[in-house]
Amino acid sequence: MDAIAHHIRHEEHPTGLMRWLTTTNHKDIGTLYLWFSLTMFFFAGALAMVIRAELFQPGLQVVQPQIFNQLTTMHGLVMIFGAIMPALVGFANWQIPLMIGAPDMAFPRLNNWSFWLLPVAATLLVSSFFVPGGSMAGGWTMYPPLYIQGGISYDMTILAVHILGLSSIMGAINIIVTILNLRAPGMTMMKLPLFVWTWLITAFLLVAVMPVLASVVTMLLTDRHFGTHFFNAAGGGDPVMYQHIFWTFGHPEVYIMILPAFGIISSIIPTFARKKLFGYTSMVYAVAAIALLSFLVWAHHMFTVGMPVAGQLYFMYATMLISVPTGVKVFNWVATLWRGSISFETPMLFALAFVCLFTIGGFSGLVVSLVPVDIQLQDTYYVVAHFHYVLFSGSAMAIMGGVYYWLPKWTGHMYDEFLGQVHFWLTAIAFNITFFPMHFLGLAGMPRRIPDYALQFADFNRLSSLGAFVLGASQLIFLYVVVKCIRGGAQAGDRPWEGAESLEWTLTSPPPYHSFTVAPQVK
Amino acid sequence: MRLKEPTTTRPALLAAGLLLSLPALAEYRFPLNLQPPVTIIGHRIYDLSTTINWICFGIFLVVFIPMFYALWRHRKSIGHEAHHVHEHPLLETLWTIVPFLVLIGIAIPTTAVVVEMKDTSKPDMTIKVTGRQWKWEYEYLGEDVKFLSNLATPREQISNQAPKGEHYLLEVDKPLVVPTDRKVRLVFTAEDVIHAWWVPALGVKQDAIPGFIRDSWFKVDLPGTYRGQCAELCGVDHAYMPIVVEAVPPDKFAIWMNDQKTRLAEARAAASKEYALPELVAMGQKVYQANCVACHQANGQGLPPAFPPLDGSKVVTGPVEGHLTVVFNGRPGTAMQAFGKQLSDVDIAAVITYERNSWNNKTGIAVQPREILAFRESQAQKVAAGK
Amino acid sequence: MIMANHSSEYYVPPPSRWPIVGSLALLTLAGGFILFLDKMAAGPYVMALGAAILIYMLVGWFGSVIREDQAGKLGGRVDMSFRWGMVWFIFSEVMFFGGFFGALFYARNFTLPSLADAQMLWPGFSGAWPSAGPGIREQFTPMAAWGIPALNTLILLSSGATVTWAHWGLKQGRRRQLKIGLILTILLGLTFLVLQAHEYLDAAFTIRTGIYGATFYMLTGFHGMHVTLGAIMLTVITFRVFAGHFSPDDHFGFEAVSWYWHFVDVVWLLLFVFVYWL
Ligand code: HEA
Ligand code: HEA
Ligand code: HEC
Ligand code: CUA
Ligand SMILES: [Cu+2]
Repeated sequence: MDAIAHHIRHEEHPTGLMRWLTTTNHKDIGTLYLWFSLTMFFFAGALAMVIRAELFQPGLQVVQPQIFNQLTTMHGLVMIFGAIMPALVGFANWQIPLMIGAPDMAFPRLNNWSFWLLPVAATLLVSSFFVPGGSMAGGWTMYPPLYIQGGISYDMTILAVHILGLSSIMGAINIIVTILNLRAPGMTMMKLPLFVWTWLITAFLLVAVMPVLASVVTMLLTDRHFGTHFFNAAGGGDPVMYQHIFWTFGHPEVYIMILPAFGIISSIIPTFARKKLFGYTSMVYAVAAIALLSFLVWAHHMFTVGMPVAGQLYFMYATMLISVPTGVKVFNWVATLWRGSISFETPMLFALAFVCLFTIGGFSGLVVSLVPVDIQLQDTYYVVAHFHYVLFSGSAMAIMGGVYYWLPKWTGHMYDEFLGQVHFWLTAIAFNITFFPMHFLGLAGMPRRIPDYALQFADFNRLSSLGAFVLGASQLIFLYVVVKCIRGGAQAGDRPWEGAESLEWTLTSPPPYHSFTVAPQVK
Repeated sequence: MRLKEPTTTRPALLAAGLLLSLPALAEYRFPLNLQPPVTIIGHRIYDLSTTINWICFGIFLVVFIPMFYALWRHRKSIGHEAHHVHEHPLLETLWTIVPFLVLIGIAIPTTAVVVEMKDTSKPDMTIKVTGRQWKWEYEYLGEDVKFLSNLATPREQISNQAPKGEHYLLEVDKPLVVPTDRKVRLVFTAEDVIHAWWVPALGVKQDAIPGFIRDSWFKVDLPGTYRGQCAELCGVDHAYMPIVVEAVPPDKFAIWMNDQKTRLAEARAAASKEYALPELVAMGQKVYQANCVACHQANGQGLPPAFPPLDGSKVVTGPVEGHLTVVFNGRPGTAMQAFGKQLSDVDIAAVITYERNSWNNKTGIAVQPREILAFRESQAQKVAAGK
Repeated sequence: MIMANHSSEYYVPPPSRWPIVGSLALLTLAGGFILFLDKMAAGPYVMALGAAILIYMLVGWFGSVIREDQAGKLGGRVDMSFRWGMVWFIFSEVMFFGGFFGALFYARNFTLPSLADAQMLWPGFSGAWPSAGPGIREQFTPMAAWGIPALNTLILLSSGATVTWAHWGLKQGRRRQLKIGLILTILLGLTFLVLQAHEYLDAAFTIRTGIYGATFYMLTGFHGMHVTLGAIMLTVITFRVFAGHFSPDDHFGFEAVSWYWHFVDVVWLLLFVFVYWL
């Protein structure tokens, strides 16, 4: 073994920029993904700050409506495709080979390409702010016919989406193949850490739905430039058809953003409860059930387009059903905590907040899944509250928790626990101040995607904006803690968390450049 | 314990009183639930929403009281040792089945509401609602009454140059008037992009989709004014596309309807009149404020490159014919709509005259309504002749 | 998975510049396409540059994979990865076509009937398929199934057979059969494309002919692009065969291409049934 390891450790790789441009190493690529994601998170977050500043009081103060719509759209697109998804893929890159005892990902070069397509797409998106007419302002959902009216930036967005899709599909294939083919001997499927399971299923969702998104934006493009009539009634097309195809992608997409987060949480909670995950088997089945159901519920985003009764009822029932497997997960987490030996380090705090706040988001999802109630709430701030609960206090906070959890492994240093806890508490509190009032705004009748609103919405909006500013500022602490941890700190040791079980903790911190040059034997 | 101690009870009572009045206070400053409904469906939705929110709150307690208990009781810092139980088939079956049953319990009453909501049969009257960037058009089918409804909030209030009125952004120049106690069916369509017609108090939200017809209905219990907004992103002025419904008793409605018809006849007569230039400019300014400012802006500078300036535009200062063609037919494929279908001859004559004599445009030409009428007829002939 | 126990044997390629070149290629290609769409003269040139870089990248990248393969670096485990990778790639392609088939299905079964219901807006519109929609007053004849399309079905199906025949040849070490089979397959593929082009030229409608034209040209067009791609891949494989690559029990490159070809075949069958026939 020594000979091989020796040989490989001295394998040459370029230094400086070329190292990152040409790397085929899953950890390097994981790092790139994570930094990219953080940058995009700050970018899209800064846009959200402008949005909240404009909404601080009624009237137009900070930006004109056209700019406001551009900000909202870009905020949504970049958060989803630039921040959350790449962060989760970054985790996959770092953790999956470590957790299953593989030398690297199955297709290391392809892996590099998946990453380096992201800056290309980001360039297209961000530079679209500077073209005549400004960036795309049609909402992240890109509904025609509004989309057909736009200028050059709308084409840039379509191509960016194509490239993002290409990146995601290749990345997902890589992940599936790695998990199916590169497990260490003895690592049977039902021994996989839950994080790996969630990613396997997520990757399947990605391969299944990203091409659908590609197909529907291609139709947008040809409608815009080549005279097709997919979404134009005069030619026998239908704008609602766009929505059906888009949400066939879009709904699984939201689970793409939450399932790996479930995986992260399922790693953190057992560690700090010092107990194995409760109901592992049912957890695996629940994830699979959520993924399958997610293909069958898309039109719950379209309850106001005027579907026939049968359609509305079917989509309502199917949507409600997703609560059952999701509930199984929540109950299993609570049961894992039950009679554990619990300690409250920063990752655990994020995980616990996740369980609570995600559930609130799930409940508001259930509320809007009821057709009559959604008639009042569709396209209001209630929906905005719903999806920030599942996306920010769901995906984003799980990602933050995961970063704290694995930073010691990745860097070899402990992060600053005190600052970590400060970051957590500020984030959790400011998050609720920002987004909880939005439920009431939605109920009271405030539509989303508006730069200006009627006077009765003023008080809650002010509160929400204040919360948002604190929330934004708190993320600077996060940045500081991460940078500080990379640059130094107490030695982490191979296994900084006494309750941590999976394979990555058997390696040194930071792990060697090629993780498992000899496959470990899993019992 | 000395419960009767007055010094502790009184502040406690006071605090309790304050706490109890807090929701009322909150309701006043901070509305916490849906707007008070005035239709059957509205009431059903309100009750459903309240019930489901309480159910969720209940489940939340059931799940999180045990969790927080565990966090507190089973924490390591008090030396709690982990008890290794990782499976419990009965429990796991229970927490799969019970939520399922709860969902069935929710689904049954909801289904009834959905069916009722979608039943648009046997209406007493039908109104066609057309969404346009960024205004609504209402047409009382079978009555030959049709008008546009525009935002009435002055631009100065929006740009903070004037104090905001009570119904800031929720006021229109011509509200939709409907009778109470009648089943009103609405049919929706749109001209350009998707809009959504939403009045919370009526419990109606329906997308208006270009090229398609969708319908919905309501029956208002109480006379009053109900306000809502467009609820589907439809471009720059999506925020400025309110809806106001005025529900009046049926007898008053009949009077209103007659009044509309006489006014329409008057307007037709007015089209044959000859107007002086200042008169047209003054009328035109109003039309411009209501229909054109959104894109071309009050100062006529537009928002280039999307919306061209009219100030100094070659089209505006050039031959009337060309100018009229653009305003009348719009520019297909752009946001510039065909106003010939929306505005009366007088309005078009006025707005064109206004454009030609405002800002730096000083043509001094007054365009008369009869010229518009002539143009309208020539257009109709062209269409009939197959272009 | 016989070799599954030795992940130390898994080949991890050294740092490579091909991916970043590929990203550059796509950036250039996309940029050029945007310029082209928005009618700027530089567009086509920038696109051509992007395409050139892309081809350079593909040649270089596949070249290194082939060299690694010939050098025996890609063991059984890597071979298995390639197989899985190809399967999932084809699955993603299936979903891409699924989007367009979905559009066709939706337009026929939901859109047209509801447009016919909206008599208030489109008086007299019947909603029968094929249709160019209520707003387009254009007379057109839809493509008949039993002329060229049926012939093309036959051609593609036999090309599926020839490529399988070639595969048998490869497995049993009969290289002549392999070569003939491959060449026949390519020829059949090209014939298909020529006939398809002929059909396009003769068509009595265009991509602007409402929903019928749009779904017809997008579906058959994307399929045609895939046939073209498949034919290029077959050509590459054929050259490799002539260069003596592939052994009876190790020829993933060949199999990948033949899987792809079969996939293109199956899509055509669906097209024939749903676009031309029914
Ligand atoms: C991570 C992302 C994520 C997740 C996980 C979810 C989860 C869910 N979502 Fe959400 N959703 C979004 C992201 C997400 N959503 C986004 C981004 C939008 C807006 C898109 C746009 O328009 O821009 C949206 C919009 C949206 C709508 C459309 C609203 C509208 O526009 O009118 C609906 C309607 O049904 C809905 C429903 C649900 C449901 C039922 C769930 C369920 O999965 C939730 C299940 C969880 C629970 C219910 C809680 C835990 C369960 C228990 C504790 C068990 C016991 C519970 C019961 C028996 C009730 N979502
Ligand atoms: C995926 C996840 C995600 C995340 C994490 C967020 C995070 C945030 N979102 Fe996001 N949001 C979406 C996804 C997300 N959003 C989507 C999909 C939409 C719909 C878009 C559409 O309608 O098309 C939307 C829409 C949306 C709206 C509705 C806009 C509208 O309808 O008009 C609002 C309004 O308040 C909002 C606010 C915020 C805020 C305040 C945050 C905060 O949590 C952000 C906090 C983070 C930062 C602020 C960054 C870090 C800090 C700095 C950059 C330093 C500088 C700042 C200071 C010094 C204060 N979002
Ligand atoms: C929804 C936005 C919108 C509204 C409302 C609107 N316009 Fe326009 N208008 C446009 C756009 C966009 C163009 C440019 C079309 C093009 O690119 O050719 C335009 C062009 C014009 C032109 C031609 C200018 C030129 O130099 O080419 C005139 C004249 C004009 N509009 C008048 C009006 C009048 C009068 C009204 C109100 C009754 C009005 N517009 C309302 C969007 C609008
Ligand atoms: Cu009309 Cu929004
Ligand atoms: Cu959804």
